[in-house]
Amino acid sequence: MTASGYLIIAILALLFVVIFQIAKASEYVSVLKGEKKTFEQNNRINAFLMVVFLVVGLAAAWWCNDLLYKKTLLGLPSASEHGEKIDTMLWITLIITGIVFFITQILLFWFAYRYQASEKRTAYYYPHNNFLEVIWTAVPALALTVLVGFGLYYWFKITGEAPKGAMEVEITGHQFGWEYRYPGKDSVLGRVNYKLIDAAKSNPLGQDWTDVANQDDLHPSEMHLVVKRPVRLVIRAQDVIHDVGLPHFRLKMDAVPGIPTTMWFTPQFTTAEMREKTGNPNFVYEISCDQMCGKGHYSMKGTIIVETQAEYDKWIAGQKPQYVTANPNGAAAAGSASTQPATENTNKADANQKQEGKPVAQALKK
Amino acid sequence: MSNEATVHVEQGAVHEVLEHHDEHHHHETFITKYVFSQDHKMIAKQFLITGTIWAIIGGLMSVLFRIQLGYPDATFPFLEDIFGHWAKGGKIQPEFYYALVTMHGTILVFFVLTAGLSGTFANLLIPLQVGARDMASPMLNMLSYWFFFLASIVMFSSLFVETGPAAGGWTVYPPLSALGDASQGSKIGMDLWLVSMALFVVSSLLGGLNYISTILNMRTKGMTMTRLPLTIWAIFFTAILGVLSFPVLFSGFILLLFDRHLGTSFYLSEIVINGKILPNEGGSAILYQHLFWFLGHPEVYIIILPTMGLVSEVMSVNARKPIFGYMAMVGSLFAIAVLAFLVWAHHMFVTGLNPFLGSIFVLLTLLIAVPSAIKVFNWLTTLWRGNIRFTPAMLFAIGFVSMFISGGLTGIFLGNSTLDLHLHDTYFVIAHFHIVMGISAFLGMFAGVYHWFPKMYGRYLNSTLGYIHFWVTLVCAYVIFWPMHYEGFAGMPRRYYDYSSWESFKNFVELNKVISFAAMLSFGAQLMFVFNFFYSIFHGRKVTTKNPWHSATLEWTTPINPGHGNWPGEIPEVHRWAYDYGKDGKDYIDQTTPVGKDESGH
Ligand code: HEM
Ligand SMILES: [Cu+2]
Ligand SMILES: [Cu+2]
Repeated sequence: MTASGYLIIAILALLFVVIFQIAKASEYVSVLKGEKKTFEQNNRINAFLMVVFLVVGLAAAWWCNDLLYKKTLLGLPSASEHGEKIDTMLWITLIITGIVFFITQILLFWFAYRYQASEKRTAYYYPHNNFLEVIWTAVPALALTVLVGFGLYYWFKITGEAPKGAMEVEITGHQFGWEYRYPGKDSVLGRVNYKLIDAAKSNPLGQDWTDVANQDDLHPSEMHLVVKRPVRLVIRAQDVIHDVGLPHFRLKMDAVPGIPTTMWFTPQFTTAEMREKTGNPNFVYEISCDQMCGKGHYSMKGTIIVETQAEYDKWIAGQKPQYVTANPNGAAAAGSASTQPATENTNKADANQKQEGKPVAQALKK
Repeated sequence: MSNEATVHVEQGAVHEVLEHHDEHHHHETFITKYVFSQDHKMIAKQFLITGTIWAIIGGLMSVLFRIQLGYPDATFPFLEDIFGHWAKGGKIQPEFYYALVTMHGTILVFFVLTAGLSGTFANLLIPLQVGARDMASPMLNMLSYWFFFLASIVMFSSLFVETGPAAGGWTVYPPLSALGDASQGSKIGMDLWLVSMALFVVSSLLGGLNYISTILNMRTKGMTMTRLPLTIWAIFFTAILGVLSFPVLFSGFILLLFDRHLGTSFYLSEIVINGKILPNEGGSAILYQHLFWFLGHPEVYIIILPTMGLVSEVMSVNARKPIFGYMAMVGSLFAIAVLAFLVWAHHMFVTGLNPFLGSIFVLLTLLIAVPSAIKVFNWLTTLWRGNIRFTPAMLFAIGFVSMFISGGLTGIFLGNSTLDLHLHDTYFVIAHFHIVMGISAFLGMFAGVYHWFPKMYGRYLNSTLGYIHFWVTLVCAYVIFWPMHYEGFAGMPRRYYDYSSWESFKNFVELNKVISFAAMLSFGAQLMFVFNFFYSIFHGRKVTTKNPWHSATLEWTTPINPGHGNWPGEIPEVHRWAYDYGKDGKDYIDQTTPVGKDESGH
């Protein structure tokens, strides 16, 4: 340990001893001065500190708000439509609870100061008052009904079915990262089976290649979304529980091994627009893992890029199906790989259906 | 039970205990008096001191991980000197960080604020305030402590195993906690954690059953249920909560042990870990969360209800006024206890829970705010037109109410599933439960310790240190936890080891320094209290009167240092409720004073 370390410890110890000695001395002084006098003095000091605490506390809360409010990004419109609803709900709750907070805290510390012990007064014997008690059962109940009402109204909108035409993206968590899968041209995510997961065979998601819906599924390294277009996330986990946390969209949903979950939302602003709004040129939509998942939990970051339809189309066109990566020897495999050798025939069938523009599976089933 | 029957049982018990007492009086050894004691007052002290030691350990852990959060880039070589490879290069390693937060939570929630708190005040106050010589079963009571002690030993030893203690958070969700391959902390440390907690549950059940039967059966003559001080009511409901919910937790833990060692699949399904494909299919990781929170939510009330009782009592005594709305206070305790069993899924809104089911839990959760509000208004009215003495205990009681308001209101945010979508598992939750449970419960417990220390040890704690302790603690608590709400609004996740690489959260790095500093200061103030505590046991100012606070309850009718059996002669008879302060111009009227002919009713 460094010298300054020892110094700090020595100073702390000294401080400790000094405080203790003063405290001990005050006890002797009180014996000399008389307990009653000491009591009165202490009582006045503490009563005074009650109002000091109230006033300074409220001022500090104001100051704290001043410093931190802008960092929460609550002042900006939320980046998703759901987020707008959640922000509205937040404001309703803030106002109602805020009023209660100020009234009760002020009364508490004010009463403490105002009714400090005094020889001149006696306490007022006031054991109960049914009317008052009914009032302060009914008023909170009413306020809470309002909050429950709004809350559930929004809750059912947010957790309801995704609109038709929503794009679908699968996100899978594992220690410690996220994988994304797009359904490709057929708009269907192919079957997965966790027993097929094998990074060495370029199949990190356990896609079942016998399901042709898998053959056009894309596996990019980031999530791209289209602004103003609803998206439905299918959420999976491979090992332990994770959670897809989207602070700017104000949403989150657990990723549970064995039990896929879903969540949908509509991004409001492109990443570029958010950079402007926040004035932060480095702004990115981050996916934070919000469920403790092991030692790398804090580093389990994903990125979402929200862009215009045109930008998105260009990006998606550049993505290669995972099937192609995993089966570099040609598209012949499919369900037939084990039963049918990759003969010229199949290749022809393949060529045929391409002309017809039908998916492979249908062509093969015929 | 009729009054006669009560009296009968009571006399029987008195007889027995007295005989017992006399028989052993001569050869009471150090061992029977201080170690394997069956005296409820000694057992209370054992719980209190064990809890204090745990609080120091748990608090120290929080200082360590706050060092990491406040100074993520700095290195502190002395940490490596102490902790070796856990703090390689003077920097707390992620595994160490997660082990620290997990043990901090476990220790503070269970060992300090459950066992330390209930164990101390239930044991001390039940017999003294209901007018009994001891607990219904002093033997089981002693066992309750020793099971807690065993649990403590096992938990403590888990800190020293090579792979470290449990590290999956105090809620130990599987599959993380079920698979040794998923985390260092899920190896032997996790087994020790589960064994320790199983012992803990046994201790808690033994204690709880004893508290319930003592309160129901051993009240002195005239002590009807509605004459009980609120402390006893609060402890009564606490014990019922514990007895009904701990077994469910126990079953959850047993299934987890099965999954860990017997190849069952209660919580496991379709898992690939480190490239290994596990055979388990069909289990549900969510099942564990239901079992856990079925205890977990009542647990938070197991922690807060006793302190509500302590605070009500301390507040009434020091405002020199009856507690306002006694029956409403009892009723709201009852309502909280019932509702506590019906809200557990509010911890699981984002697990994929059916949204309709979620909405029911929203309704029930927000309902719980009503009895909480009633309590707050009643405390405020108790202060109104009082004649307040600011003893250290009273300061802590007032601080409790302030904290309970602040933290209770944020519960209304979280109980609303719509907001929980954004706030779940962020620092907003950390702020909520530390304020409403952590700090409030500590303040309430301190109120109890300062108030009843004279009854425990026949001496006073030093008041000046008490005042400093209170003000530093209150200010630090707000400085630490108030700004965390803002971090939560920004979506900053909890249980992160380092935020500096996150564009969305790194602008709170400065704030985290301030918070860490306040945390250390606050820890220093607690150490001062601990010093005051142990110093005053031996050298504190002596209590010279039986009833130093001019309190109306029974415990102050015992001698300054009561022996085993509490009252040297007969147990006093009770004639009135516990809150006749300021009635008919009298400062207070003891519960043992018969009702006068011309006394006014209320
Ligand atoms: C006004 C009444 C209250 C309501 C409506 C409420 C609501 C909630 C909700 C919904 C959560 C889950 C938040 C989340 O994980 O996203 C929560 C967390 C928590 N609450 Fe409360 N609460 C209230 C009072 C209390 C009280 C009185 C205590 C303790 C004495 C308490 C202790 C806790 C704890 C410990 C957690 C966090 C557990 C964890 O995830 O580690 N709450 N509360
Ligand atoms: Cu995680
Ligand atoms: Cu809860």
